Amino acid sequence: MSEPILQLTGVETDIAQYHILQGVDLAVPAGQVTMLLGRNGVGKTTTLKTIMGHWRARAGAIRFAGEDITALPTPARARAGIGFVPEDMGIFTDLTVEENMILAAASGPLEPARLEAVFAAFPPLRTFWKSEAGNLSGGQKQMLSIARVMAEERRLYLIDEPTKGLAPAIVSTMARALRELKAAGASILLVEQNFAVARALGDSAAVMDDGRIVWTGAMAELAADAALQERLMGLSMETAR
Amino acid sequence: MLNTLLSGDRPRSLVLTALLLGVLISLAFAPFLFPGVRSLETAATICIFILLVASYDLLLGYTGIVSFAHTMFFGLGAYGVALASTHVGRGWGALALGTLAGALAAAVLALVIGLFSLRVRAIFFAMITLAVASAVAVLVSQLYQLTGGEDGLTYRIPRELTPAFRLGEVFGVRITGKILNYYLIFFCCLALFLLLLRVVNSPFGRVLQAVRENDFRAEAIGYRVVYYRITATCLSAAVAALAGSLYAIWLRYVGPDTTLSFEIMLDILLMVVIGGMGTMYGAVLGAVIFVLAQNYLQNLMGVAADAATGLPLLPELLDPNRWLLWLGVLFILSVYYFPAGIVGRLRAGR
Repeated sequence: MSEPILQLTGVETDIAQYHILQGVDLAVPAGQVTMLLGRNGVGKTTTLKTIMGHWRARAGAIRFAGEDITALPTPARARAGIGFVPEDMGIFTDLTVEENMILAAASGPLEPARLEAVFAAFPPLRTFWKSEAGNLSGGQKQMLSIARVMAEERRLYLIDEPTKGLAPAIVSTMARALRELKAAGASILLVEQNFAVARALGDSAAVMDDGRIVWTGAMAELAADAALQERLMGLSMETAR
Repeated sequence: MLNTLLSGDRPRSLVLTALLLGVLISLAFAPFLFPGVRSLETAATICIFILLVASYDLLLGYTGIVSFAHTMFFGLGAYGVALASTHVGRGWGALALGTLAGALAAAVLALVIGLFSLRVRAIFFAMITLAVASAVAVLVSQLYQLTGGEDGLTYRIPRELTPAFRLGEVFGVRITGKILNYYLIFFCCLALFLLLLRVVNSPFGRVLQAVRENDFRAEAIGYRVVYYRITATCLSAAVAALAGSLYAIWLRYVGPDTTLSFEIMLDILLMVVIGGMGTMYGAVLGAVIFVLAQNYLQNLMGVAADAATGLPLLPELLDPNRWLLWLGVLFILSVYYFPAGIVGRLRAGR
């Protein structure tokens, strides 16, 4: 087992009067894809946003690459090498695709080789390079959302439901892009409701329930055990496919 | 060349290009095309308000920050020139000193307000600017030994900028210091407007737009949102103060009503909304339409009221004293039909 690049210990997060995360313990190994699974509303998105610093952890510790980042502001976490693809995509609709990508490379100019890799993964972005991002289709916006996080080298990718609400053809494009990212040795914490994608990509899995991690193990183990899936998530991957 | 001058931000509409060219030519040759004191007064006011509204657009349209203190910064610049001219004495040095001091004071005050309010939420900035602007207006009114109170200050500027200075005739128009004063204002406003255009089209400007659209996302990419908001606020305040200094040089008088009143703040808001937020060119059209309406709507209505004599109700409605009512109607109609402002509508090609 490789050394975790990200380690959450007893992380608790409140949103207004709601106690959402109730002591999350999670380790994300370097160079692997860790799936964060669970029913709706169990705290998966809040976990990602707490790692990113959008929500502040009330208790517990977040360590990234050996450093305690619990008290760091969001921009500092981003500059430390954490890339985040939010569920709502968060693209800048008034700016062009090009401007979105340039902004995403916050630490320096956009490298041509990296840009070519983005175009290879998402060809429509080349076509609509000078178009306003607000005019893209839903799938293209999601492509841009993931492309932005690929605009520069990240040490960890937090990706929240990248295939949600997309047509099957676009889901395949997304899955292929994520596979390529994985093949390049990226460390990824991925929230994904599409079990086929989750099974294909995930090395390990952590299942959440009621603001806590209730199971961790190999993705293959979870994928092979329908009873375990039923118990942890209320449905099996086989029926959900 | 032109593309560089406009920082690559072309009007992107034929009609808009024609309108902007029309405004530029009219303002550039105003003393010759529209001779007379009143028209020159209107042209200078338009130049100054284009700059003032553009600086506000940097804040509201590009950064998404609502401020009610823009006239305060405008006033700081104006009072800077007035106080320097009063205490240092007539001269170019006093104008330069007052202008620099006003811009610096505005930037520092914007920094302090920003540090206190923008760290939390942009909406607090609006509330604090409202409070500070009201406090400064009261302070200026109370410190009458220094500021002249409600009466304001009248002062002397270099003779070369006054009507007493004469240079001869060009195309039948007598060239006086007032016309030189006008061109000082025109070129300063043009240069500062182009500078603002450069700022909003720079990488810094793109980050401002990103912050306006989704500040959480901008932070998640690694941009310190507070830093960008405060920098934009300081820059906007400094440019507003420079516009105020130019206004003070033009008027040779400053008072709370001409530079600090909340009415001017509302006018700026209307001009930005009518012209189109986040476009810069909207400031040009908004200021031109609004200042022309302020100056000539009454005359137009007088003519219309005379023409409608004998008809029921209409002469009453068109009475020149009701010009504000019609300005309000024009504003409502423009917001209804041009929700993205005139520039937004023209660029959409509808």
